[in-house]
Order: sequence, then structure tokens, then C-alpha cells
Amino acid sequence: MTIDMSQFYQVFFDEADELLAEMEKLLLALDVSAPDSEDLNAIFRAAHSIKGGAATFAFTDITEVTHMLESLLDRIRKGEMALTPEHVDAFLVAKDVLTMQMDGHHHGSSVDQAAVDNVCQRLKALSQGIVADAPAAAASPSPAAAAPEPVAAPVMDADGNCRFRIELPEVPQKDVDALAAELGLLGTIEQETLDDKRAVFILTTGESQDNIVAICSFVLDPDDLKITYDAAPAAASAGAAPSTPVEDPGYGIFEPEKGSAVAPQASTPAADAAAAVPAGEVKNYGRRATDKEGASQESSSIRVSVEKVDQLINLVGELVITQAMIEQRIAALDPLHHERLLNSAGQLARNTRDLQEAVMSIRMMPMDYVFSRFPRMVRDLAAKLGKKVEFVTRGAATELDKGLIERIVDPLTHLVRNSVDHGIEMPDRRKANGKTEAGKLVLSAAHQGGNIVIEVSDDGGGLNRDRILAKAKAQGLPVSDAMPDADVWQLIFAPGFSTAEVVTDVSGRGVGMDVVKRNITAMGGTVDIRSIPGTGTTIAISLPLTLAILDGMSVKVGEEIYILPLGYVIESLQPAAVDVKEVAGQGKVVKVREEYLPLIPLYQIFAIDPRFEDPSQGIIVILESDGKKAALLVDSLVGQQQVVVKNLESNFRKVAGISGATILGDGGVSLILDVSALLRSSRQLNADPVFF
Amino acid sequence: MSYTTQTQTSMEAAGESAGNEFLAFTLGREEYGIDILRVQEIRGYEPVTRIANAPDFIKGVVNLRGTIVPVVDMRIKFDLGTPTYDQFTVVIILNIGGRVVGMVVDSVSDVTTLTPEQIRPAPEIGTTFDTDYLIGLGTLDERMLILVDIDKLMSSAEMGLIEKLAA
Repeated sequence: MTIDMSQFYQVFFDEADELLAEMEKLLLALDVSAPDSEDLNAIFRAAHSIKGGAATFAFTDITEVTHMLESLLDRIRKGEMALTPEHVDAFLVAKDVLTMQMDGHHHGSSVDQAAVDNVCQRLKALSQGIVADAPAAAASPSPAAAAPEPVAAPVMDADGNCRFRIELPEVPQKDVDALAAELGLLGTIEQETLDDKRAVFILTTGESQDNIVAICSFVLDPDDLKITYDAAPAAASAGAAPSTPVEDPGYGIFEPEKGSAVAPQASTPAADAAAAVPAGEVKNYGRRATDKEGASQESSSIRVSVEKVDQLINLVGELVITQAMIEQRIAALDPLHHERLLNSAGQLARNTRDLQEAVMSIRMMPMDYVFSRFPRMVRDLAAKLGKKVEFVTRGAATELDKGLIERIVDPLTHLVRNSVDHGIEMPDRRKANGKTEAGKLVLSAAHQGGNIVIEVSDDGGGLNRDRILAKAKAQGLPVSDAMPDADVWQLIFAPGFSTAEVVTDVSGRGVGMDVVKRNITAMGGTVDIRSIPGTGTTIAISLPLTLAILDGMSVKVGEEIYILPLGYVIESLQPAAVDVKEVAGQGKVVKVREEYLPLIPLYQIFAIDPRFEDPSQGIIVILESDGKKAALLVDSLVGQQQVVVKNLESNFRKVAGISGATILGDGGVSLILDVSALLRSSRQLNADPVFF
Repeated sequence: MSYTTQTQTSMEAAGESAGNEFLAFTLGREEYGIDILRVQEIRGYEPVTRIANAPDFIKGVVNLRGTIVPVVDMRIKFDLGTPTYDQFTVVIILNIGGRVVGMVVDSVSDVTTLTPEQIRPAPEIGTTFDTDYLIGLGTLDERMLILVDIDKLMSSAEMGLIEKLAA
């Protein structure tokens, strides 16, 4: 099976961009002396999520950097290491490098490998507890790269000339010579060479900086050019004693022994200082180049808040109602006299319908969107860990709101990874336990009652109760040996909790479950764990259906219209009078295909005046839920449509037999039947509904 | 439209005195007042979707710009006047602690500002409302407003609009 992973790249890049931005924001806000553990956790989680995503897409370079970043963060988070400004600097540089790598993968822009190596070394050094020494500090952009910056205003000498220091990127020697000749026309020029073979001009001229840039841009990209005002002679000509470098605290480039106010000499230490920071500089150029390329590529998607989409949907809903009203009003008009008005109204109706469809389609996506990214991940993981895993997905067509689908990706990734890494055992161990060599991992989605339930289930070793309890005690969590299993399983959702013996690249830091729980709770859902030692673990995520769309069958009883979720409907038919039988005066059963099904008269349950009380005149809809079947008696079928499920309980209370409500095309409200509850009531086989 | 202008003028008045503003409405022949800050909007009566097995006074639910809002008829609940539904029937949309409820009344008259001196404690007898749900009686020239603590009333178990927390 081959899957084109590139279709998910965009999602990863979007997510990673967001995470990186978030990480930078948190890092900048971090109080080094007293870091907030929540913030540290958040930074750590961001790094972890990027690593996870990058690993999924096999961006190994990104994985490497994030892994190191994560290891260091983890030690700080656990209090094994105190946070210092050097750490924060290193993290910020790492973030820049990650952005660069990301752009490299995304837009194909060049990646400065030296900067990457530099960051890796720096992170490694820091995590080994080595205080950043000189070269490492030089790689930091803050002290070194910032040094040339404070050069404030152009300083002119007596003749009104300025001295410019022009640093060139790496260009062929003939270009350097050509430039030198060109610039020589503007004034006096001196040429030097940096340690890394790059040329530096010192130009004394009356021309402005813009003119210099204009000349240079014939030969090279002006963005790669570094032009600074060389203040050395100015300081000298101003009569300041060169032996008092205190006056120039921002530079630190004057050394007392170089005190003679001769310009070329004074500029040499400046060049040296600049030469001492090649790593930082190279990184700078790289960044600028990628920034430029990034800006020129328009983003092909925009991320919009769910709220805005909701607002849009509601507004379109209103529009549909208004349009329906207009249609009603003009229906009474004489088509001969109002032909054009009627035509326009017809067009409005079409446009409105298209608009509504388009807006609705923004939100709804099949679970397949999420599921399809897992087979490859599972396969790679299994191969890496030397395990055999059979991966099965069920209910991939179940539609879920896009807002939810995007947010379920991360938790599911963590869960699937955990299942492969910790759940499923090695083939030899499975064999020894009398299982098949290949473990089975099932990912399923289904509507259940008023919820969508997504399950990750494996037939692995199950959770180890004793180890979880021991670990919880070690971490100082309030636990007791008498806790019920369900409570023990919930412990693995505590931040920093992991029972894995080895922290691997895949999982085991205990950060995953924490994120899972957090994300699911934020969506208003719940996570349940069922685990049997030696048999397997099932993690069930239950999300509210509030945002979900439903394929519904609308049925009519009396004057009222109800929606039946199509998933429960098997068939509908008009029974023959002889097939309807009374059971001990308690209720009726219908014989359908040699099977007696309890009859649920909807009009009786909801106290409606029906058109037909006799089942042989109305229609019965055969419903199935939890393996039980029943026949629902209604007056007639109206149609089949997709409806957006609205929560009834947000402004009202739970109503027995009703799972939600929806808004019909005419703006009216229709109630969605809770089929499971109806069927439960039917077991009693009597006329009084038990659920009220 | 007249509601808006009146609200504005009385808001200005409120700036000067420490009084509270009340929306006055009628049920049968009695005049009631509720805190204007709980009122989200005032609409005409639209057909509702009945909720099976709900008490009579819960007329059903309507679609209010995409949210499902229950509608209660105070005339049925408190047995005041005859519940007729025509183009003059008014629904006051209340927003109580983030929950939106529609309340059917006979008519809405105006918004008035009442100073604390104008509000008298409610007598123990003589009203259909349980005195628990009353703030007091407001006197305004010849008029008397029965001031209802709408928060308390709508959240009460008696109305059955909100799930009991204990359950």
C-alpha cells in the first residue's frame, strides 16, 4: 500500500509553524530566574509535537534537532537543571534553525548546515551541563551578531565623507575585483579578507549607503551584503582619546594598544571582531535568504478560527430562511406579470443553496483524513522497533467536524504510537504467550448515542497496574493500592508520567498522554481506558456530537417532523395487517422476515395525534442499535438529508428520547430521536415509555 | 423601534439616579417588570417545535439564529389571561447566565427606571408568583409593577428548564 504523504505536508508545516511561533512567544516571556513550570511544559510539548510530526514525515534533520531540544527541556522541566539565559538563547537559536529547516523542506530553500550543526553541538553541550564557552557564545546571535548593530548615525569626517565597512558574502574573486573597481570610483577603498575567505571593503566616500548598495546589486544580492558605518576614524577625529574605550561600550573593539588614530589600523580589530563570529553571521545570511523566498510563496491555505466558521454557518442559515420566506411570498404572484421577479428569485434560491453547501463543506470531513496517515507511521514504527503489527481501520467514512478532526490528530498520533511502542509486545514474547506473532492494532470511529467514539485498541500486554501504582507513588501522587482499575488507568494522564523503562525516540517521556487528555478535554470529550493484562488495551475517545453532521431520515407523525439517524435505520415498510400481533395486551409486535419485532408507536411515546394509529396504514421503520431491533411506527417518510446536530441542552435540559435538534431548511427546528433510548424502552413491550 | 429610544432615554436617567431599569410587560391584566439587563431582544411569536411530554407552559423550541432556544409561556405557567398567539404576541428573549430562554407575554410596554424608594417589599399574598421570585412592587405614578427576580425564576426547578445539578 502506498500513500502519498505529501498531501499531509501542508498540515504539518502549518501546525509546526504555529507551534514554533508559540514556542518563541513562550521562550521570550519566560522568566529565567523563576520559570513557570506550566510554560516549560508547554514549550516541551511544542517541541515534542514537532518531533512527532517530523518523525511521521521522515524529516530526520528536524527530528534530530527537536530531540536534542526536547532532552534538554525535559531535564530543565524535571528540575534536574536550572534554567539559565544561555539555555533560552540556545532554544531561540534552535527555533530559528528549525524554521529554516522547515522552510527548506517546504519551499526547497537552502539550509545552512553549519548553523544546524552548531545548534546541535550547543544543545548537546548544554544538556551535558557544560556552561557555554566562548565559541558557543559566539554562535549566539544576541551578543555577537548584535555587536555591529548599535552603530547609530553615520559619522562623517571633516570632508563630509563617511567610512563604510562592506562585508561581502562568498563570491568569486573576479566579482570582488570588479566591485572593488566600481566602488573605487566613489572614493578611497581598502580591501581585506576575513578568515573565511570573504572580502571586506572599507570605503571612504561622500556617497550615501543606498548608492553603494545599488552598485553592489549589479554583482550580488543586496540582502547578502552587510554594510556598517566604520566609526573608527570618526572617534579618532573627534579627538577622543583612543585609550578610553569606555566611551564606546557598545563596540568593545578598541584595544588600548591599537591606540594610534590611524584609520586603517583602527579598523583591523573591527574586522577581527567580525571575523570571530562567522557562525552567527552565516546563519544570518541563511535566514534572510529563506525569509525572502518564504514571502514570495503565497500560503495555499488559511487557518480560520472555528468561531468564524460557525458564525458563517449561522449567517447562511439565516439567509436560507429569508430566501425561503421570499419564495413563499412570491409563490402567490401571477407568473405572467412577474416573470422576471420569479426568475430572479429562482436564481437566488439556487445561489443560496450552493452557498449553504459550500459553507457546510468547509467543516465536514471523513475520519479517513486522519486515519489514512497512520498505516505508514505504524509500519515504520513497527519496523524500527522490530515488531509485527497488523493495522486495521474501521468507520473511516464517519464524518466529523473539521475543527474536531484537526484537533484529534495529535492525540490519536500519540495513542497509536504508544500502542505500537508499549502496547504490542515483541514477536517472540507474543509467541511465548500463545498469541499470533503480529499484534493487532484497530483504529475505529463510530457514532454512538449522542457521541462519536474513536477507539485505539491493541491486543498487546495491557497496562501494568503495579508499575503504574509504583511510579505514581514515586512521583508523589495521591494513590492507594485499593484504587479501582479505572482510576489507576487514569493516572497515566498525569503530566510527566511514563512507565516505559527506556526513553526512546518514539515515546516514553510520558508527555503524550498528558497532551492527549488535555486536547480531548478541551474539545469537551472524555478518554476512557479499558485494559486487561495480557489481552490488550483499548483507549476510547468520546467526543460530543454537537458539531458533527448526521445523515438523517425525516419522518412525519401527525404534524411533527422528527429526524432518525440513518445509521440506525435498516429498512422501512408498510406491514400487512396480519403481521401485526398483540402480545398479552401489553403492546404489539410486527412480523418482518420471519422475525417478531417490538412495535414502538412514536405517536404514543410523544403524545402526538397521528394520522394513522393502525400500523398497516402507516409506515414502520426497522431500527437496530446494540444488536437489538425494533419497528418504529410513523405516519410517513419525508426524506433523507444531512443535518447539522445542534445541542438542545445548551439552553434547555436533556429531553428523554431526543438526542439533539437540527434546523430545517425553512428555519424550523426538528428534533433528532435518540434511537438507543427508544429501543431500550421497547424492551418493556408496553405502552408506557420507561424513560420518562 | 420605540423600545430602543426609550431604553436610551431611561439609560441617561439611570446615570443620574441610582435606580435600576426594568422592562415592563403585561400578563393578562397585571403589569410585571424584569431587570432590563437580562433581556437580549424582543421578538414576535413564531411557530415553535413542540417538545414531547414537556409541561404545557413549555411551548417548545425555536431557532434563534442557529441556536436552539426553549420558549415558555408565562400566561400558561401562571394562569393569567388567555394564551392567544397572533401578530401582537411578544416573546422576550432572556439571557440568563449564558443560557437563552424565550418568554411569551401579552405585550411589552416600556422601560422604566425605579429608585430603591419606589420599590416596596412584596406582600405575602395577592400575587400568583411565589414571593421567593419577587424583588418587590414598583410604584410609578398610578402604575404598579410586580418586579420579578427573573434569574431565580428561570433557574428554578419549578420551571424545569435546567437540569438539576444534584442528579
